[in-house]
Amino acid sequence: MHPVPCRVHSVVRELEDTFTLELDPPGDGWEFAPGQFTMLYAFGIGEVPISISGDPSDSSRIVQTIRAVGPVTDALTAVSPGDFVGVRGPYGTSWPTGSAEGRDLLIITGGIGLAPLRPAILEVLDHRDRYDNITLLYGARSPGELLFAEELQEWRGRFDLEVLITVDRGDQVWRGPVGVVTSLIGRASFDPESAVAFVCGPEIMMRFTIQELLSRGFTDDRLHISMERNMKCGIGLCGHCQLGPFFVCKDGPIFRCSEMGDTCWTREV
Amino acid sequence: MWPLVPYTRASQDGEVTAPLVIDREGVDALIGELINRGYEVVGPTVRGQTILYDTITSTGDLPVGIRDRQEAGTYRLEKRDDDALFGYVVGPQSWKQFLTPPGTVFWKGLRTEDGFETVAPEEPPKYAFFGARPCDVAAMKIQDDVYLPIEDGLYTSRRKRSFTVAVNCTEPASTCFCASMGTGPDVNEGYDIALTEVLSGGQHYFLAEAGSDEGTDVLAALAARDARDEEVVKARRLVVHAADQMGRKLETDGLKDLLYANLENPYWAEIGERCLSCTNCTMVCPTCFCSTVEDRQALDGSSAERVRTWDSCFTLDFSYIHGGAVRSSAGARYRQWLTHKLASWQDQFDSIGCVGCGRCIAWCPVGIDITKEVAAIRERDIRLVSVGTPIVKEAASE
Repeated sequence: MHPVPCRVHSVVRELEDTFTLELDPPGDGWEFAPGQFTMLYAFGIGEVPISISGDPSDSSRIVQTIRAVGPVTDALTAVSPGDFVGVRGPYGTSWPTGSAEGRDLLIITGGIGLAPLRPAILEVLDHRDRYDNITLLYGARSPGELLFAEELQEWRGRFDLEVLITVDRGDQVWRGPVGVVTSLIGRASFDPESAVAFVCGPEIMMRFTIQELLSRGFTDDRLHISMERNMKCGIGLCGHCQLGPFFVCKDGPIFRCSEMGDTCWTREV
Repeated sequence: MWPLVPYTRASQDGEVTAPLVIDREGVDALIGELINRGYEVVGPTVRGQTILYDTITSTGDLPVGIRDRQEAGTYRLEKRDDDALFGYVVGPQSWKQFLTPPGTVFWKGLRTEDGFETVAPEEPPKYAFFGARPCDVAAMKIQDDVYLPIEDGLYTSRRKRSFTVAVNCTEPASTCFCASMGTGPDVNEGYDIALTEVLSGGQHYFLAEAGSDEGTDVLAALAARDARDEEVVKARRLVVHAADQMGRKLETDGLKDLLYANLENPYWAEIGERCLSCTNCTMVCPTCFCSTVEDRQALDGSSAERVRTWDSCFTLDFSYIHGGAVRSSAGARYRQWLTHKLASWQDQFDSIGCVGCGRCIAWCPVGIDITKEVAAIRERDIRLVSVGTPIVKEAASE
């Protein structure tokens, strides 16, 4: 329950309000599974759950992408190399990359939802031969708000990965699709009878994505989503993150849709 | 129910101990023995027209000759015409006041060259919980299932070092419904010593039974004598009678399925119109465990601390994530509280999170009654009553 101080190695400004911190892990190394999160602590200010956005094969750094939306995330993103932030974790369930082996993998995400999926993308690209088609569908508000834009460019240049990007509002130079991310699903190549999907974004976006995939022949046991709830402890003690019978911090954040049941989709549950 | 014949109880450690009898002096000696053993004895005592738990050193600190009259939204203390030591049931506090005290420091942090270091808080005193009612003993076991597997650094040592003197109930309040939750009015496990107060026909004695080895040792240090058969029978009969007297009942059959199936019942919105979201029910509930942390910092930034305090699913902040609260309506928050307690608790911890102590009924400022609301949902079960029938329409428009 005590945060461990970790030295800030570098701070990269990704977007206007979004930063990626690279931290030196405590001790010899650092292991996590794609989709897991940590509780990050700004000394004396507070602690928040932040998903890990780094490469799971690199144990030399803890990489976390943070959007500054409140006092704690403001403090966490105002750090400089050499400063210290507290880390607890990693916590939670992970993207079941193994379940997609030998199948098509569809990764659908919006906004900062790309951050917790980046480790999964890096992992499957590391073992590219184990998967059939891999498609990344990504939606952002505007071309200027594409997270990891350089990396997206690089991924888009690969012949073994399909990357489709849409924005809510284009600008003078945007020549890609405009609209919600679900509108890209029809353009992706996957076998709905066997493909696996990882979905992370605002809850409403995930709902519509699930509906769209189910209507195309997906079954909900191959649909995985990452849920967000208020968290104070990360270990199933504080009660804040409850979603029906689940504690999102330890039973999630990654859920298989077939295991969630209808209760989790009830309004205000 | 036990047979109305004297019998001996097996302690948790397997040893069979015969019931003993002590008088009020014996109870004083019991408190003294616990103090001698290094316990801080906390028990019921009158504070500001209410029975609260505080440090006690003798039976004189107990609410002697006091009864509590409880109803939905009502709690009053009255004088009894006898000198009963335990002639009342439960007040607003439960033992979570001591096991997870609000405002507990998790750790203190000091800035160092390598960032900061955290220091664990000092060990709390060992507590003897004196006069714990069977429902509250059951509540402690329920909270054990929440806290003990997680090693939060605070609960385990407090709990493991504590000593419990339970008191069986002979006069339930009208808000009590422990009999239907299977947690009372007699204590079954989780105690070191169990007392039953008998006050009738000019007699005033306490049946004392050990529930652990330490309980046996403590009782051995008192001038107690073996109970006569008729004394045991009389005590048991009072407790059986208490079960029959209980004014409320919560039907637990099929409860989980009922509540999960009724998440969309319009009746929740109706409760939401009465509920003030004041959080009283969660504060007085002996099993509610939700908490939050506050991080504080010294003015010069050299030190900080994290403090744990109780939180409630009735606040908007509780479910806040960037963009807004998940449960923005009072009805949804009441639904979360009740459904967690009675349904999802069963999925999470394999038990029901309600012990029937009735505190949430008495301390609700508008008298919302969990037993009545469950019965109302059962009556309006949307699996049986389709939405649009008069009863649901009426509920939705009330």
